[in-house]
Amino acid sequence: MSTAELIFSEPSTTVAHPPGKEPMLPTPFRISRIQREISDTFTVDLIPASGGRLGRFAPGQFNMLYVFGVGEVPISISGDSGDGSCVTHTIRAVGSVTEVMMSLKRGDIVGLRGPFGSGWPVQQAQGSDIVLIGGGIGFSPLRPVIYYLVAHREKYGNICIYYGARTPEDILYRRELEKWRSQFDLNVEVTVDRATGKWAGRVGVVTRLIPRGGFDPFHTIAMVCGPELMMRYAVQALNEQEVTNERIYISMERNMRCGVGFCGHCQYSSYFVCKDGPVFRFDRIKDIFEIREL
Amino acid sequence: MTIEKPSSQAAMAVLGPATLKDLIATLSGQGYQVIGPQHSDGAIVYEPMEAADELPVGWSDQQDGGTYRLLKSNRDALFDYVVGPHSWKRYLFPPAQRLWRAQRRGRSFTLEEQATDTPRYAFIGVRSCEIHAIQIQDKVFNNGDFADPGYLARRAATFIVAVNCARPSGTCFCTSMGTGPKATQGFDLALTELIDGKRHDFLVEAGSEKGAALLAKLPHRPATTDDVGAAEAILADAAKAMGREMVAGVSPLLKDNLEHRRWDEVAKRCLNCTNCTMVCPTCFCTAVEDVTDLTGQTAERRRKWDSCFSIDFSYIHGGSIRREGRSRYRHWMNHKLSTWYDQFGSSGCVGCGRCITWCPVGIDITEEARAIRDSGGEK
Amino acid sequence: MGEIENLERVLREHPFFKGIDQKACATIVGCAANERFDAGEYIFREGGAADKFYLLRHGNVALEVHVPGHDPIIVETLQEGDVLGWSWMVPPYRWRADARALYLVRAISLDAKCLREKYESDHTLGLELFKRFVPIIARRVEAGRLQLIDMYGKSRDKK
Repeated sequence: MSTAELIFSEPSTTVAHPPGKEPMLPTPFRISRIQREISDTFTVDLIPASGGRLGRFAPGQFNMLYVFGVGEVPISISGDSGDGSCVTHTIRAVGSVTEVMMSLKRGDIVGLRGPFGSGWPVQQAQGSDIVLIGGGIGFSPLRPVIYYLVAHREKYGNICIYYGARTPEDILYRRELEKWRSQFDLNVEVTVDRATGKWAGRVGVVTRLIPRGGFDPFHTIAMVCGPELMMRYAVQALNEQEVTNERIYISMERNMRCGVGFCGHCQYSSYFVCKDGPVFRFDRIKDIFEIREL
Repeated sequence: MTIEKPSSQAAMAVLGPATLKDLIATLSGQGYQVIGPQHSDGAIVYEPMEAADELPVGWSDQQDGGTYRLLKSNRDALFDYVVGPHSWKRYLFPPAQRLWRAQRRGRSFTLEEQATDTPRYAFIGVRSCEIHAIQIQDKVFNNGDFADPGYLARRAATFIVAVNCARPSGTCFCTSMGTGPKATQGFDLALTELIDGKRHDFLVEAGSEKGAALLAKLPHRPATTDDVGAAEAILADAAKAMGREMVAGVSPLLKDNLEHRRWDEVAKRCLNCTNCTMVCPTCFCTAVEDVTDLTGQTAERRRKWDSCFSIDFSYIHGGSIRREGRSRYRHWMNHKLSTWYDQFGSSGCVGCGRCITWCPVGIDITEEARAIRDSGGEK
Repeated sequence: MGEIENLERVLREHPFFKGIDQKACATIVGCAANERFDAGEYIFREGGAADKFYLLRHGNVALEVHVPGHDPIIVETLQEGDVLGWSWMVPPYRWRADARALYLVRAISLDAKCLREKYESDHTLGLELFKRFVPIIARRVEAGRLQLIDMYGKSRDKK
């Protein structure tokens, strides 16, 4: 069985890891493209270094990326799950591993393990309206959803894409956003937390876009990704628009050292965020979400 | 989780006290590295041994919250003590392991999986609670999605000689956890030490084909009804003498009380020293370290025991989720007694009492659970 | 007459006055007027007398704060369906920020002095207006806090 033939079902863990293989051993991948997006964030395309076949992933999953001798970090996949030519990640440089990764060049080799985790319910959501709410770097794990929706547009109702960034200089994927926006069948709104006078777009927190409507709350699936604080307020705003919790999916983040449920760091009550998440249907975690420092 | 297998007298035999020498020698001869209890630094620990005369004779232990004392027993028993600070996880799930090594090759690198010879361990003196703990860790390292090949290999090669406890230590509570005192499964051989003024020998039960094969090589005689009865009486007394118990229904109890004020009270005492997680036979959290040598040409990934009490255990860019000691204690106790059921289908606790004994301030999880229950479960 | 009827209908259709009763609406419309601002025009300036508030019908408005030595900082943008301006309710009735039309803006303005006089005697009207404004102000404060927290900022900047 190839390393990652996936069953696209909601939210499932990855399919069986080849038995006997050490799950902590990375596979070398070559950087085929690396591009700075904004000041501290870059996107990297990876292909298997040995030229083998690339496994597939489900939107919402992540890989563990290893920089030789420095360390390993969990990074959500931000590319097109329908494109088998490379696997793409958008990474914010916040620590030693990601800062070194930002300085790597095309042709450099990194280690990869994955894909791990549960995915967004893109198949489950067929026939519904869709609301995507992304905040900051949290927009990156939603980009594979957008690719999927666009590729299967006829299967969905109204699609609203709401993206909040810090300032206009921090907006990711500007060209793609403009392209999606120009499609008449997608409702794309970008807002920033603050701007200078030169910005002619929206200023305000992304949750303020939710009451604008554009979706049928009783037939909508909402997917929210961003800082936990932002997701908390977004869920409230969705609830106020009568979107119930079993229609809302969020992506949780915790310290991950292995990605396979052995190291114990990512535990979130009964769940291992690396295996049972990172995507969770909100009604299933609502009670623990409210408990601080759980 | 464990089905009490009715001990068939036919499967039992009696070994003379000197036969332990033969047992250990035979195991060594078969290529096992024998690990057994030894007296070291005022405690009974599990260390490699070569001969039966290394076993501690005539020692008993007195354990309580934050207290461990070894006392000279009034008889020359080999197993009058119970569990000490070590558990068998230090062999099956070593405190530090190298997972793999990588070599830089220009801009790239090659990876070498750690191909070590799997040690073949023979554990002498495994208590029933410890068998349950090993089986609990079996489910952690083979969780249905992923398996740790190193652990599985070590585990498959291990020979277990269990010992039935003649007495609880004081902090034990295996009866209320359903894990003892009698070893009913999961062993190759199980010994019950029969010692009074008139006799000193061992009732032995084979629990597997490997065990039966080894027993066949040792001088023994068939067990009589009296032998079996003597062993059962010892175990019945041990069960009655348990000094502590875990309250029933602790899993839903803790889930319903995540904001109970008791967590604040225990936090005032807990030093976050991580002793409990180190001595607990089921705790499995690890840190992963990626290191290089000074030249930067060779890198390794190492796995080391970690503890959820460490301050950066839950760190994600910028800060730890569990900033307060209260939150970390709550996490540990909830995991051990409650969420472990959701994850692995059983409790994570086997009632061995180590966390109570080795806590420097004597925090007792049975007492904490009881306090929450008795407070009427107010939040 | 036709103008007032038309305004009354427009008022009632605006989300801010959703569900308002006939009597209150008739009272309010006496203070209402149609307004239009071109792109770039300032609707009000910080420090000016807060003598009107606006129901936005079309176009976007940027709320800006002037910081010496810097480009003005836009702290919020409002659009059709929003209400602009609550300083008219709070002494000393002075605007606390600049409001600049980003595109052509059409709005209904409501004369603050006119309304304040009316609700000083008609407390039911006052209650109605305050009941509608307070949630909006609360949401703005909440949103402002989230912006202040700088959720997407680097953690080390938060220490």
